[in-house]
Amino acid sequence: MGKLKKWFTVGLVFVLAAALMAGCGKSKTTSSSDPVQQIKKRGKVVVGVKYDTYLFGYKDPKTGKVEGFDVDIAKAISKKIFGDKVKVQLKEVTSKTRIPMLQNGDVDMVVATMTITPDRKKVVDFSDVYFDAGQSLLVKKGSKIKSVKDLTKGTKVLTVKGATSGDNVKKAAPDTQVLEYENYQEAFTALKSGKGDALTTDNSILYGMAAQDPNYQVVGGTFTNEPYGIAMKKGNTKLVKAVNKALKELKDSGEYDKIKNKWIKEQ
Amino acid sequence: MLDFSILTDNFDLYMQGFVNTIKISIIGLIASFILGNIIAVFRLAPVKLLNLIGTVYVEVIRNIPLILTGFFFYNGLSYFHINFSGFTAGTIALSIYTAAFIAEAVRAGIQSVDKGQLEAARSTGLTYIQAMRYVILPQAIKIVIPPIGNQFLNLVKNSSILGVFAGLDLMYYADIIHEKTWVTFDTYIFVGMFYLVLTIPLSLLVNFLERRLAKTD
Repeated sequence: MGKLKKWFTVGLVFVLAAALMAGCGKSKTTSSSDPVQQIKKRGKVVVGVKYDTYLFGYKDPKTGKVEGFDVDIAKAISKKIFGDKVKVQLKEVTSKTRIPMLQNGDVDMVVATMTITPDRKKVVDFSDVYFDAGQSLLVKKGSKIKSVKDLTKGTKVLTVKGATSGDNVKKAAPDTQVLEYENYQEAFTALKSGKGDALTTDNSILYGMAAQDPNYQVVGGTFTNEPYGIAMKKGNTKLVKAVNKALKELKDSGEYDKIKNKWIKEQ
Repeated sequence: MLDFSILTDNFDLYMQGFVNTIKISIIGLIASFILGNIIAVFRLAPVKLLNLIGTVYVEVIRNIPLILTGFFFYNGLSYFHINFSGFTAGTIALSIYTAAFIAEAVRAGIQSVDKGQLEAARSTGLTYIQAMRYVILPQAIKIVIPPIGNQFLNLVKNSSILGVFAGLDLMYYADIIHEKTWVTFDTYIFVGMFYLVLTIPLSLLVNFLERRLAKTD
């Protein structure tokens, strides 16, 4: 093949590939008028929850069931909005994947230890706050690190891609090195193999980890506020309203407290 | 159309990953080439023990997923109190993996050199190692450049697994930029372009070497 022909072919293939991906990736299914009606018609609501976060969204390896505070809240809210006829289908999300999955319609809502922040509000819509957490540190028992003040130049802090934790800890301890992993289980594995001095994320999530491994403990109290919200696709105002209404009903009826006390024993 | 502000706003992050990927690729290239040649010689040496070591190495390493090898060096070794960073563990795993394929390419190249060459070299008084170094390997190298070049291309692409255990490479920084912007498509397309900046010249270089070596025949 002549050199020019070769280059032309390469260029053409690349352009075609890019165009193909552009076609697939950016085709937005315009969210029609009422997402609530759509879900009722479909007969199921797809909720993104964590599978690796003990106490909030955790898939028990022995039973295969996904359980936790987020899961129960999601089911209770769905029941209030859609009634019993609509099934709740759970899908796994991680801090990294939850927003993309909302954006391309893989899930209808995300109940996955997700903090409401102004940056995130630019890309998704949030419900009212349904849980107040705060960021903290998980360390091996006996570690010299007692609080975020002990994170200095030589220390390494581990966290998860996509979580607010990375940015927050960089602000609170600008000299420390931050390493990010795919999800909390991998970050915890890295902590256990000594890749870092502490793991940082919401205290609620950390309590779940400490409950799984008594060699690790949560230290230092909280150094941020992490108000959790249920995330939905940007523009789905009808769904947001329905979720907020359901949340209020759960709080007023006492059902919210029941669910909370079932899962969250420490605060 | 692509949102180029994603590229320009985060250019320093893309560059950190790009430079690290280059470092990982260069170290990996050198290490896997050296190790690959050693293993190839093991497989061909007239010493049964070395043959066994070489064969076991190639068969095991080639047939385990690279990411598993990566996790072994990153998390697995901590059980033996050896603690590598993501960058180090990933580069080691990448080198060991690629070396297995290079060993096979070199072995095939050497075996395609006429047997008479080795006999003649030995009969002039050279030891096995000397014969390999001065007579056989130089001839084998010509045959072996295309498949090795291919493996080097694979190495540059495979370096992307470092993104999964905080290896600070292009893929890792792609994820960091992704979580900053929440724009999926554009962020990763730009990463792809950075990889092409590495792989296209490399493949052109391999083609060039191929043609130049063919000329000397």
